[in-house]
Amino acid sequence: MSAAKNTVIGVFVVIGLLCLAYLTIKLGRMEVLGDNGYTVTARFSSVAGLRTGASVEIAGVSIGRVSAIRLDTSDYTAHVDLRINEGVPLSEDVMASVKTSGLIGDKYIAITPGGSETLLEPGSLITDTEPALDLEALIGKVVFGGV
Amino acid sequence: MNEIITPVLNLLNRMGEMALFLFEGFRQTWHSRRLPGKVLRQVYVIGAKSMFVILLIGLFTGLVLGLQAFYAMSMFGAQGMLGSLLALTLIREMAPVLTAIMIAARAGSAMTAEIGVMRISDQIDALEVMDINPVGYLVTPRLLSSLVAFPLLTSIFTVVGIFGGYLSACVLLGLNEGRYFSGIESSVTLDDVQGCCLKAAVFAVIVITVCCFQGYNAHRRSDGKGAEAVGNATTSAVVMSCVLILMADYVLTSFLL
Repeated sequence: MSAAKNTVIGVFVVIGLLCLAYLTIKLGRMEVLGDNGYTVTARFSSVAGLRTGASVEIAGVSIGRVSAIRLDTSDYTAHVDLRINEGVPLSEDVMASVKTSGLIGDKYIAITPGGSETLLEPGSLITDTEPALDLEALIGKVVFGGV
Repeated sequence: MNEIITPVLNLLNRMGEMALFLFEGFRQTWHSRRLPGKVLRQVYVIGAKSMFVILLIGLFTGLVLGLQAFYAMSMFGAQGMLGSLLALTLIREMAPVLTAIMIAARAGSAMTAEIGVMRISDQIDALEVMDINPVGYLVTPRLLSSLVAFPLLTSIFTVVGIFGGYLSACVLLGLNEGRYFSGIESSVTLDDVQGCCLKAAVFAVIVITVCCFQGYNAHRRSDGKGAEAVGNATTSAVVMSCVLILMADYVLTSFLL
């Protein structure tokens, strides 16, 4: 095979791999150099609409993402694993709430910082939480009274 | 009764033969000699030579998607969702399917014609006489190289399509580019990219199997002899590839979603 052909193949493969890398790393958010961070779990009475990969925010700034959502069958609450970036310490009295971006936007977890000096250990449980706002129930209350 | 049973049996026969053909194509990976060079050659034929056309249709797919989605979503004032809509449409559906159909039309038809001509001019029998396995010689390099070329072309398609959407929605229609790109980044997950590559790989196997099989069996066609058979084989290879791609796309999507 001629050298020109090899060059064309090389160009093709390089461009293809660059595009694939852009998709996986930039858009797919694949952690290339290992995932530096820690996981805490939050217990919610309901996380309706939340899905894994949703962002975790403090003051509107993304500090991590939801890594897993599972049901605790002992008391039927939702346990949500939050992967928090390294360098973002959380105090033990933080409050986690499920919020919606916009009226019909995606659900995300908003963390309200606490005031305690003690920091949250990796793997510990946040019990002070606020479940997803049930918009339909709220509208029902307004329409049919009861507010 | 026979009029019904015979075609059904023939069809089943054909499907079985094609499955065995595919299996043999992969099995010959371990028996074929000087495989890397042949694979590289096919990466050039299937991948590098298709790159320009993929760039072109990727760009225009993105452009038209951006245009359509912008007008559809401005009805609800939801232009901010345009980026995520466009990127998810491209990554999950358009890029793998259109790339596969385009390669089936470009490289697949050439493949069928090439192998078909080899068949009707007895070159494949000559290979057998020389104790060279024709499947290992003709099909295996194409199968392996397509598994490299299809996912790469699909990702090129996606990235160019996202750029095309940026051109039409942001540059021409004035959507905020920050909203466009943050919409894309917030909605695309690694699962989508993996699904995209999986689809591309499955379509690669489908296109190569169908196109090689049709060419390989050009001499057994009932609708023509010689050159006519090669022409008909090429037509049915492209048509069958496209139909199977879209059918497989439905099945894959229902598994991936």
